Amino acid sequence: MRSPTGPLDYLRRWPLQVWLATTAVFLYAPLITLMAFSFNDSKRNIVWRGFTLKYYALTFADADLIQAFVNSLTIALVSTVVSTILGAMTALLMWRFRFPGKAALDGALGLPIVVPEICMGVAMLVFFTEIVPWPTEAPWPLNLGSIIISHISFSFSFVAVVVRGRLASFDRSLEEAARDLGAGEWRIFREVLVPHMQPGLIAGALLAFTLSLDDFVITFFTSGPDTTTFPIKVYSMVRFSVTPEVNAASTLLIITTVALTALALWLQGPGVTQAPQAGEGLLP
Amino acid sequence: MGEGDPEGVEGAGFSSNFPRQPGPDALAGARAAAAPSTASRSPSPARGGGSKSALPMDEPVGRSRGVFAVLASPPVLWLVVFFLVPLSIIWAYSFGQNISLTRIAVDGSLGNYAHALRPLYLGIIGKSLWFAAVTTLLCLIVGFPVAVAISFASPRTKAWLLLLVMLPFWTNLLIRTYALMAVLRTEGYVNALLGFGWKGLAALAALVGLHMPPFTPLELLHNDFAVVFGLVYVQLPFMVLPLYAALDRLDRSLIEASLDLGSGHLTAFARVVIPLATPGIISGVLVTLIPSIGAYLTPDLLGGPSSMMIANVIERQFKAADDWPFGAALSFLLMYLTFAAMAAQAFAGRRRRSA
Repeated sequence: MRSPTGPLDYLRRWPLQVWLATTAVFLYAPLITLMAFSFNDSKRNIVWRGFTLKYYALTFADADLIQAFVNSLTIALVSTVVSTILGAMTALLMWRFRFPGKAALDGALGLPIVVPEICMGVAMLVFFTEIVPWPTEAPWPLNLGSIIISHISFSFSFVAVVVRGRLASFDRSLEEAARDLGAGEWRIFREVLVPHMQPGLIAGALLAFTLSLDDFVITFFTSGPDTTTFPIKVYSMVRFSVTPEVNAASTLLIITTVALTALALWLQGPGVTQAPQAGEGLLP
Repeated sequence: MGEGDPEGVEGAGFSSNFPRQPGPDALAGARAAAAPSTASRSPSPARGGGSKSALPMDEPVGRSRGVFAVLASPPVLWLVVFFLVPLSIIWAYSFGQNISLTRIAVDGSLGNYAHALRPLYLGIIGKSLWFAAVTTLLCLIVGFPVAVAISFASPRTKAWLLLLVMLPFWTNLLIRTYALMAVLRTEGYVNALLGFGWKGLAALAALVGLHMPPFTPLELLHNDFAVVFGLVYVQLPFMVLPLYAALDRLDRSLIEASLDLGSGHLTAFARVVIPLATPGIISGVLVTLIPSIGAYLTPDLLGGPSSMMIANVIERQFKAADDWPFGAALSFLLMYLTFAAMAAQAFAGRRRRSA
């Protein structure tokens, strides 16, 4: 038996249910058809002709595509590590200190978040061709340097925002207590501040990783012929035509992202989300 | 948070990423909330800091000069060298001109801006604004009921519905755009479905002796419709999240009170919910509008030759046309537009608060 509908049980009303279902179809139908038809044994790509994995075999045999994927992961990894460190430093700086020019710095830190991607892309293009010509023929990880630097520039402000949000809930009497008990600056940082910041750091790092892996526009302007990333490679395939290989490659990337996300959520567990509440509970 | 907030709201953890006032933080909040994590949830400073702290939140540099220097120099240096310097170069170039194939003379001329304000380019700027405005409006219309549904759901359903909205977010923008191409193209799924339906209709019509012309596929791709459709598809989660955050903070008893006092549900929404959710609506509009104005990939892949937006023209100046000074001027016009939109929103927010 259904319990009677309360006045605010809007989800029980059919117009809203229809609306939700339609939106879900709108958001998911394109992605699901894309994934489903990567297994379709037809070049024309629209009528179902039976299950096949041959486009995955083609994808894995495509050395350029594999190289682009490795490049993307390398760039995302390095950029995540550096921007998490820089972002955490920024957050600590802005949280702890009052100094002349703080408002200006705050504004400047907001810029990478609001400046349109295309503007930042062309700025990086000019910077890395005119001011600091980057050796794109350098040995492997080094030739990715200009892309990595650009990614760090737009990621670390995002990390700073996330970590700063987390720091806002820090109770400074804990720091005071640690100081009274004889802990030095470094020890307070390592044993009191970092554990409190940890959820923010993880969230910030994940955000930086996603931003880097997802970026097309800024990379488009900083990559050379030998330094393609996965999105750039897929873009050139898409421009050429809609093919099952692109579907297969896209499906692989979707699965990678969803798996990474699930892993991250699972790693953090429910404990992390409850930690701040528990902390608040300790206080009067 | 109001008394009526179920526990699951905290657990879902998306609401607090949205500052009440629009601004850069609202944009970052949108992206941060999109991050695959629930950990970025943080109490607002008003709740978490201030009254509870034994020490002031920010101390003067004073004794801790060393710590300050260590914390400040790397990020500040990075920001200046790898962000502000590149932008300044573009800014300087916008006042220059090509004097040879590889050299640009910065001579303080305003020629590039005059060039950018000619009817052809003004039209493209106007078109970008128009596309962005229509996209934002459509996102608001589609997203508001979705946000209402999420915020009034039970804690468990709420977590699932939020996941439903977030999941496409974690998928690469290029891949989402590509998926739309496959759906919309002439031999795509939408036309296949329509053609199938048409065949059925024609068969029915033949039974009663009518003759229907054969199905002509609709031109759904490479036109203005496709660009706006794509922008709505990509931006919708950006709109839903701040709306949800605002609706979730709302005190339910106010709606109950207005229902008790005899108003209908629609009146309660129009006169109670929407006014109270305005800060969320403003930040939702901001986080949808700004990326839409500067969109590059969507018009590039889904648009036709006449649906170029300002970002596509900029790209052309830097890659194909090789007119960097003109491209630089267009970039800065786009940047000024972005700042103007933010200033307008901030102004609207301030007027609301003082009213």
